[in-house]
Amino acid sequence: MTPQPPPGDSALSIPRLLDWLDHRTGYRRLLRLALVESIPGGAKWRYVWGSTLTFAIVVQFITGIALWAAYSPNAQGAWESVYYIENVMAGGWMLRGIHHYMAHATMVLLVLHLMQVVVAGAYKAPREVNFWFGVALLHLVLGLLLTGYLLPWDQKGYWATKVTTSIASITPLIGPALQEVLVGGPDYGHLTLTRFFALHAGILPGALIALIAAHVYLFRRHGVTTGGLRAQMDGSGPGDAVEGEEGGDPDAAPTRVSTGQFWPDQALRDAVACLAVMAAVLYLVIRSGGAPLGAPADASEPFAAARPEWYFMFLFQWLKYFPAGTEIIGALVIPGVVVTLVALMPFAGKWRLGHRFNLGFTGAVLAGIGLLTLQAYIQDGADPDFVAAHEAAEADAARAAELAAGPDGIPPTGALTLLRNDPLTQGPRLFAERCASCHSYDGHDGLGGELAEAPTAADLAGFASREWLAGLLDPDRVATPEYFGGTAFARGRMVRMVQSRLAGLDDAGRADLAKVVKALSAEAALPHQAEADEAERAEIAEGAELLSAEGIGCTECHEWRGTVERSLGPVLTGFGSREWLEAFIRDASHPRFYGERNDRMPAFGPDEILSEVEIGLLVGWLRGGGVGGHSVTAEGLELVRHAAQP
Amino acid sequence: MNRKRQVADEPLVVEEGSAEPGSAPRRGFLAGIGAVAAAGLALVAPLWSGVRVALDPLGRSSGEADLIPVAKLAAIPDDGIPHKFRVVTDRVDAWNTHRQLPVGAVYLRRSGDSVEALNVVCPHAGCFVNVAADRSRFVCPCHKSSFDLSGAVNDPASPSPRDMDTLDVEIRGDDVWVRFQNFLPGRAEKEPVA
Repeated sequence: MTPQPPPGDSALSIPRLLDWLDHRTGYRRLLRLALVESIPGGAKWRYVWGSTLTFAIVVQFITGIALWAAYSPNAQGAWESVYYIENVMAGGWMLRGIHHYMAHATMVLLVLHLMQVVVAGAYKAPREVNFWFGVALLHLVLGLLLTGYLLPWDQKGYWATKVTTSIASITPLIGPALQEVLVGGPDYGHLTLTRFFALHAGILPGALIALIAAHVYLFRRHGVTTGGLRAQMDGSGPGDAVEGEEGGDPDAAPTRVSTGQFWPDQALRDAVACLAVMAAVLYLVIRSGGAPLGAPADASEPFAAARPEWYFMFLFQWLKYFPAGTEIIGALVIPGVVVTLVALMPFAGKWRLGHRFNLGFTGAVLAGIGLLTLQAYIQDGADPDFVAAHEAAEADAARAAELAAGPDGIPPTGALTLLRNDPLTQGPRLFAERCASCHSYDGHDGLGGELAEAPTAADLAGFASREWLAGLLDPDRVATPEYFGGTAFARGRMVRMVQSRLAGLDDAGRADLAKVVKALSAEAALPHQAEADEAERAEIAEGAELLSAEGIGCTECHEWRGTVERSLGPVLTGFGSREWLEAFIRDASHPRFYGERNDRMPAFGPDEILSEVEIGLLVGWLRGGGVGGHSVTAEGLELVRHAAQP
Repeated sequence: MNRKRQVADEPLVVEEGSAEPGSAPRRGFLAGIGAVAAAGLALVAPLWSGVRVALDPLGRSSGEADLIPVAKLAAIPDDGIPHKFRVVTDRVDAWNTHRQLPVGAVYLRRSGDSVEALNVVCPHAGCFVNVAADRSRFVCPCHKSSFDLSGAVNDPASPSPRDMDTLDVEIRGDDVWVRFQNFLPGRAEKEPVA
C-alpha cells in the first residue's frame, strides 16, 4: 500500500497521483487481475506459447492498422498502393515485411500451441469449451491468412485465391451463392477487394478479439495444465500422468512442490520469448528486404506459378489426388471430418485410451500435412515448367516494379496498363504465341522455352542489326536454318547470289560489303546501335552508294532509294525500321516485300492475327534486343520503352 | 479440478509478486523490469515502422509551384469582374501519375492587358469562395467571409484572417500563366502549403 504523505504536504507526488487515479479508476485491481496468477509448479519456458501467439496477433493489429492507412482496396489501386508502401514510403518495406512474416510466425506458433495443448491433455474437462474456442481461433487465423493473400492483388494472390473461391463454389446447395457473395459478383473486381478487405481488417479481427478475450478468460479461470508435461519431465509416461489428472485432484500430483506467479517470473519468460519471435521475424524481413509483391493481377495472362503460401500447400497438394467429381470429398468432406474429430477430442479423451488416440490422431494429421507439403515442394522443384513459370513470374514482378518507378509513373488505369504496353513484356509472349511456330529467337521461342519443332524460318534475334545482316550475307550461313535454310528461299535467287557472287569477293570487296552491312543496318535506326551509326556516318554513306556497285548489286533485285532493276525482293529503303517491320509483319505478301513469292508468312494485319497495338509491341521488342546471349541491357530496355511510345 | 484463483486474497502490492520460496523481492523487481523491457523492445520495430509510414507524407513536399497556362487572354472578359477558370495540370497523387488533371481553380480579373489572379480557396477555413449574385463582392458560402472584387476583406465582421490569396500571373503572348499554389488557412500571414 502506498504510504500516506505527511499531513500538510500538499505537493504533487507520483504516489499521490497514482492513489488519485486508482480511486477514480480502480486500475490496481485490474492490474492485479491481469498479473496475479498462480502457476502451480512455478513459471516454465514451455508455458510461453500462448503468450507469443497473443503477441504475434498484437503485432498484426499494429502493423495492419498502419498498412490500412496507406492501402487502397480497388482493382486499379490495390497493387499500386502496395507497391507504393513497399517501394516508396519510408519504412514501408519493413512494415509490410513484419506483417507478412509475422503472419507466417502466427501459423507456426498456432501449431506449436495446439500440439502443446494436445500433449498436455489440456483439452479435457473442464477445459473443453476453451479448447473449442482455440479450434475456432485457428480457423479465424486461417481466414485472415487467406483473405490477406489476395489484398496485394498480384498474380500470385489473385490466381491462388481464385482456386479457393472456386472450391467454395462446390459446396452443396449454397456453393454458387456463397462464391458470388464472397467475390461480390460473378467476376473478380473492385467488390472482391472491398469484401476481402472488410473480412481481413474488420470482421475476422473483430471476431478474433472477442474469441481471444473469451479464450484468455477461460484460461485464467482454469489455470495452466501441468499434469501431462510435468509427468513427462519426471520420466513417467504421459498417459499415466493424464490418468492421474483424471482423478480430478490436482493437489495429488506427486511432484507439485511450489506455486509460482505469472508476474513477474512467467511474464519475463513470455516477454523474452516474444522478443525472440520478433527477432526471427525481423531476420526474415531484412533478409528478403520486405514482403514479396508479384506482377499486378491480370485475368488475361496465364499464371502457371499460382501457388498458395506454404501453410496451405498441403491442401493444394491434397486436391491433386481427387479426380474430377470427387473434389468435394477432398476439399470439404475429409477436412470437415478431421476438424470434427479434433473438436471431439475432449470426449474421446474420456476413454481409457482416449488420450493416446488423440495424440496419435493429431500426430498423424500433422505428419500427413507435413508430408503433403514436402511432396508439393519436391514436385514443383522437379517440374521444369513450374521452375520456368516461377522465374517468369519473378521477371514480370521485377519489370512491373521497374516500370512503376519509371519517369511516366503509374497511370490512373493502373500498373497493368504499363505491363500491357511494355514491348519487353509483351514482345516475347507474342513471339512465342504467334511467331515461334516457324521462327526462333536466338534458338528459343522468345520466352526462353524450347521450340516444339525445328524452326522453318529465320532466327529473328537482333533482326536488322549489323551482326544479323552480316550473317545473312555470309555464304556459309545464308542457307542454314538461322536464315533461309528452312524456307522456300533456300534454293532461291537470294541464296544463290550470296553463295556465288558474294563468296567470290576479294578483300576489297569484302571491305565494301562490310560498309553495305553498316548502311543497311543504319536504315533500321536501331536504338541500341544509335551510337555506332552516329560515329560511322561516313562509312554508312559510302555503303549506301556501294549497294548498287558491281559485284554486290543489291539493287538488281531490291529497291533502294527509288532505284531498282527488277523488283523481286523486299524494298531495302528503311529496312528493319519500325515502319518497315510493322508493314512487313502486317502483310509480307505486299509487293513492297515478297509479293507473290511470299513463302508461308501469314498476313498478320489483314487477317487480324495480331492487332495493330500487338504488332507495335512485337516490333518494339524485336528492335530492342542484342545478338548472342540476349542479355538486353537496362539502357536497351529504356530505349525500347521510349521507342515504343507513339 | 477445483484449483481456484486467489486474486482477492493477494496483497495489493504487485511488485512483490514473486512467491518462490527464498527469492528476494529484489530479484522479482529485476524480473519485472526485464519483462517490461523485453516486451517493449519486441514492439519497437512494428511500432516504429508503423509510425514512420504514417508520417511519410511529412517528408514529401509538393515542390516549387509551377507556372501553369490557365486561359487565353481573350477568354477573360475585360469587365473588371472576377471569372472562374479551372487549373489543369499533371499531378502525382501518391502512386498515380495523372496527365492533365483539374487540380483547382482561380479567379481571373482583367482590366485591359493586366490580369489579377486569386485562389478560390477561402483563407478562413478552406471553402470555395463564390462571387455574390450581384457581382459586387466575393462571399464564402461557409462562414460568410466577405471580400471585395480585388480579394480584400471588406467587412470587419468577416471571419477571414486575411485577404484572399493572390497568385503570380505572367502573360506570355496570348496565354495567361498562373503560379498556382495553395496557402495555409486560418492565419493572418500568407504561407504556402509545403
